Amino acid sequence: MALLDNIAHRETAKQHRANCRPWPRTDVGEEGWHQAIDLLAAGRCTLLGLWGDAPVVHMALQSEDFSDIAVVSYTCKDGTYPSVSARHPPAGRLERAIRDLCGLDAVNAPDARGWLDLGFWKVRHPLGKATPARKPQPYQFLPVEGEGLHQIPVGPVHAGIIEPGHFRFTANGEHVVRLEQRLGYVHKGIERLMQGSTIEQAGKLAARTSGDSTVAYSYAFAQAVEAALELKAPPRALYLRALMAELERLANHFGDIGAICNDASFAIMHAQTGILRERTLRTAEACFGHRLMMDAIVPGGVARDIAEGGAQALQALLTEVRRVFPRLVELYDNTASLQDRTVTTGFVKPDYVRLWGAGGYVGRASGRGFDARRLYAPYTQLTFDVPVLDAGDVNARVCIRIREVEQSLALIEQILSRLPAGKIDTPVKPKGKACEGLGLTEAFRGDVLIWLRLDGKGRIERCHLRDASWFQWPLLEVAIEGNIVADFPLCNKSFNCSYSGHDA
Amino acid sequence: MRKVLFDSFIHGPLTEPAPEPDAAGLAELAKAVNRAARVKLGRSLSIRQVDAGSCNGCELEIHALNNAFYDLERLGLHFVASPRHADVLMVTGPVTKNMREALQRTYNATPDPKWVIAVGACAADGGPFAGSYAVEGGVKDVVPVDLHIPGCPPNPKALLAGLLALLQNVA
Repeated sequence: MALLDNIAHRETAKQHRANCRPWPRTDVGEEGWHQAIDLLAAGRCTLLGLWGDAPVVHMALQSEDFSDIAVVSYTCKDGTYPSVSARHPPAGRLERAIRDLCGLDAVNAPDARGWLDLGFWKVRHPLGKATPARKPQPYQFLPVEGEGLHQIPVGPVHAGIIEPGHFRFTANGEHVVRLEQRLGYVHKGIERLMQGSTIEQAGKLAARTSGDSTVAYSYAFAQAVEAALELKAPPRALYLRALMAELERLANHFGDIGAICNDASFAIMHAQTGILRERTLRTAEACFGHRLMMDAIVPGGVARDIAEGGAQALQALLTEVRRVFPRLVELYDNTASLQDRTVTTGFVKPDYVRLWGAGGYVGRASGRGFDARRLYAPYTQLTFDVPVLDAGDVNARVCIRIREVEQSLALIEQILSRLPAGKIDTPVKPKGKACEGLGLTEAFRGDVLIWLRLDGKGRIERCHLRDASWFQWPLLEVAIEGNIVADFPLCNKSFNCSYSGHDA
Repeated sequence: MRKVLFDSFIHGPLTEPAPEPDAAGLAELAKAVNRAARVKLGRSLSIRQVDAGSCNGCELEIHALNNAFYDLERLGLHFVASPRHADVLMVTGPVTKNMREALQRTYNATPDPKWVIAVGACAADGGPFAGSYAVEGGVKDVVPVDLHIPGCPPNPKALLAGLLALLQNVA
């Protein structure tokens, strides 16, 4: 049964499919909106995204078996819509962001505080009816009551070479009683900048939404544009995209595995995986001319074919990783003092992961087996496992990454052996009428969702980018509860959520 | 662990020779650094990195400076956890409106003499984010900048060449 069968809507199935590709979108009234919330609250589908397109609010849903996706759209009356978070908490921060950006209010929402607008912009509601900013109100952190509690404010400028955000810890002695995050510091207004821009300009911005996932973002953006314009990238381009995506995943997983161990003061692992990460980036540069492969994926195909000698460089990388990595895994597994820090630390309940629809290693370490790669070519033609564990601790999130490194190596091998010949791009032509598309790709940290609407001339009318971190950051707040303050860096790195991708 | 350590030992270091100091950087710095500061600091500089709105791409490459291939510390340069310990602020990103105050406070918390390096295309003038309601502009629009390292993101070699230009002027 399709998702939309359970939701009252006005149009025919054919119209839904024409509204938005490759997944349908339909306008719903009060009844349909509430039915969608019912499905979410009953756990019969997952919230994939919620964003404003004033005066409309769009909500993307995913079926329990992950295979079906649909968007329902509610047109606000007097700038309000029935709150989703009142019955389904994962929508909370998204609703707060919609209010800040679009000025649309969720009626009966449990949390009325701002989220991305920290009071420094000159405008309110930049994506809606923009009005001059008001005097900022002080932010009220949630109250914490109890004996012997103290607070530790951290950030936005942190001690390491990392992105900015604020963490408010309430601790009892060494133990964290509550963590409350405050994000939005790196909000750059990407979605507003995209409005009215060309596909090319918007693609550059998408590629700079979260630098560590630049390939995954360009990939999802290209998918969305191609879906909207009903284009097909040539087979060679599809395989090259997957190759880049796997190199990006490898580089990030190497970096993360080492950095997590480093946060447990096990520096040798950091040094060793740092070498593997550097070798991966150098191989990426040898193949595609840029270490992070920025702007290498474009709507219609890829901007660059694999360079001469690229295949040999990749083979050399695979050989080197296969020589070194198993020894590092053995080292990780057999170092009791390291396991002492990672096992049972930062536990996330499988129930929470399911409720929040958390993707990536955060979801897969707590029993939720979703991997967006199952849904698109060329991965649908390739063989790979999606490792899933139930332990839900820092160790499980490390182990998922280790297994995924092995899968990525196998995928790169398959891609190289099957790389089709032929063109690497197809011309991108405007459709002459407005059209919408959705893109969903698996970045190293989880699924990236991009929805956009193009006008008849092929300019961006509205584009929304949803990072996997939206559904992972809140779980970090529960993961740290009851752990000691000193284990926060370890837990945080095991999540490695994006600040820039979230704040956008 | 012995196997990994032994392997590292017999294969020798991976560290590569440092690049020449960046010529453009040398010219830009010539006016910024005075002799008194050189005497105070010797051949060592402490760097505090501040992400003022970056996409995180620049941070990844700054991180790479610490890996075995570039090994920044051999040159007397190291990253510190607080601006109060720093001689140099390495600032990335277009400065977002939401980070402006934090950057200013970080700058004020850094003791004199101090230098600011703006890293990456966005830090120069806001890059592709210039003109946004949420973006202030380049780093120089918020704090004085002594050196720019261009690139999107600059690769570790470019970062190293820029830092060496600074070191040569200061030390």
